[in-house]
Amino acid sequence: MATAVWKEPKPASRALQYLALVAYLLFLGFPLVWMLSISLKGPQEIGSAATFFPRNPTFENFTDALQRADLLQSARNSFLVALATTVLVIIVALPASYALARFRTRFRGIANGWILVSQVFPVVLIIIPLFLILQQFNLDDRLVGLTIVYVVYSLPFGLWMLQGYVASIPRDVEEAGAIDGAGRLRILRSIVLPLLVPGVVATAMFTLISSWNEFFFALVLIQSPENSTLPLTLARFVGAEGQVQLGALAAGSLIATIPSLIFFSIIQRRLTSGLLSGAVKG
Amino acid sequence: MSTDLEAAAAAAPPRRRSPPPGRPKGTPRRGERREAWFLVLPALIPIALFSVYPLIQGVYLGFTDAEAGLNQTADFVGVENFERLLGNDMFWNSFRIGLIWAFAVTILQFVAGLGLALLLNLDLRLRWLARTLALVPWAMPPVIVAIMWRLMLNPNYGPINGWLDAIGLPGDINWLGSFSTALPAVIVVGVWAGMPQTTITLLAGLQSVDASLHEAAAVDGASTWQRFRHITLPSLKPVIIAITSLDFIWNFNSFGLVYVLTAGGPGGKTMLPMLFAYNEAFRYGNFGYAAAMGDVMVVLIVVLLLFYLRSRFRKEA
Repeated sequence: MATAVWKEPKPASRALQYLALVAYLLFLGFPLVWMLSISLKGPQEIGSAATFFPRNPTFENFTDALQRADLLQSARNSFLVALATTVLVIIVALPASYALARFRTRFRGIANGWILVSQVFPVVLIIIPLFLILQQFNLDDRLVGLTIVYVVYSLPFGLWMLQGYVASIPRDVEEAGAIDGAGRLRILRSIVLPLLVPGVVATAMFTLISSWNEFFFALVLIQSPENSTLPLTLARFVGAEGQVQLGALAAGSLIATIPSLIFFSIIQRRLTSGLLSGAVKG
Repeated sequence: MSTDLEAAAAAAPPRRRSPPPGRPKGTPRRGERREAWFLVLPALIPIALFSVYPLIQGVYLGFTDAEAGLNQTADFVGVENFERLLGNDMFWNSFRIGLIWAFAVTILQFVAGLGLALLLNLDLRLRWLARTLALVPWAMPPVIVAIMWRLMLNPNYGPINGWLDAIGLPGDINWLGSFSTALPAVIVVGVWAGMPQTTITLLAGLQSVDASLHEAAAVDGASTWQRFRHITLPSLKPVIIAITSLDFIWNFNSFGLVYVLTAGGPGGKTMLPMLFAYNEAFRYGNFGYAAAMGDVMVVLIVVLLLFYLRSRFRKEA
């Protein structure tokens, strides 16, 4: 299928392409629409099986979900941890990625090797000792401890991404700056950094979303409900109550997804703006 | 013209064609090296402290009898854990399930992702919608993806059973609860959840394929299939190898999605190795034994990856 649809615009193959596109749209989109539909249905209507559109749309489920103190508290926790993680990762990774991409030291090979290694190892190997370490410092079951873990866990990938963006900036651009008499800091600040903005944004986006989404570390490290992150609280909700309260479960899940969806869509436009190609070719 | 094309197609991606001018490589000046260390150190210290050290410790724990609880001492017991693992049928069964899951999800993700990437690379109407929808699973926490698909697959109120019912098929299948359907159902959800990374990476790869190569080939009368086979695929090869390798690692090590979907049930039919090790460590408190399972998982992944990468790159040489 993949190859059959790849064609220049001839009418027959165009039709096939659109057919495939619609299939993708259904597969990707329908589950979302269904969750939305469930969230707008009253309890009796959910029970009376698969009508697609809610007959009597109600926001009851949403108000129910928003009135749950545990959901609000864990949303706040998730937001704080994700934001702190992202800021820290960018601050730490930005200089390091520049060094990794530009300076040829032995360090670079080791760093890249480690980035790969850290992807290969199952997190269960890391979490047991981390759990013991954090326990010693009294940081288990605390958001600070969770943030530390997220920063370290996100760093390798952040470094890898950023380093790629630095490497894709031609050295010519920097050398042109040097010839024009700009100092090193000046070059970094007014030539390299602006070109890096899409890369930084992409990396920040990746970090923010992966910390917001993260479940495993939180599941192991956080025990008390008041420190729970959103995925933890929602996962608990699935078990007992969720069976009877499908509507509230769907509404809560949607609310938890909306912020990152909005964020994602804003970022996406900036990512595709192609700052770099302009700088090199123009 | 056609020799030009072949040479260009055989060469590395265009950005590598001209070596970057500048100072000679391989001999860093002393000042530069100090500067590099200064820049790298803030990233290095936390990684060493909270990642490298725990990892080494974690690997080592597999050779000890460590258990949960404060003030527990861990004694070195050699390969005892691994001997016990050898006889643990449940663990090997979970390993088998993990491999089926990881291979199936990775392959399906790749095929579906490539198809979608090719479509998104065309000038189709509704492309924006498909592109947005293709990104959505990435923005969603795996826990919520799992909740959403539990609603889809719900045996009583789910639309999938509703459709089956409507066309006269048995519409009372307990997808996540019965032995034969649980693993396939979970695999479909895994593909849905992992589509974005694969699609976007492949799309980026497609967009960096030199358009003039396609034009030249089209002028030379190459068919769509020939151009896909001889221009698109070879240019995409590094991207394909990278993303399939990463997908496989991620899938084999994945946890949250299946934990919320089935928690490994029914009867262990979806008990991925990570779930098994998690239960061993944090439900039963056998840290050493769980770490040994982790060690076995690493060895397996590394062996498979080496095998894969070697076979891929040898063809190129």
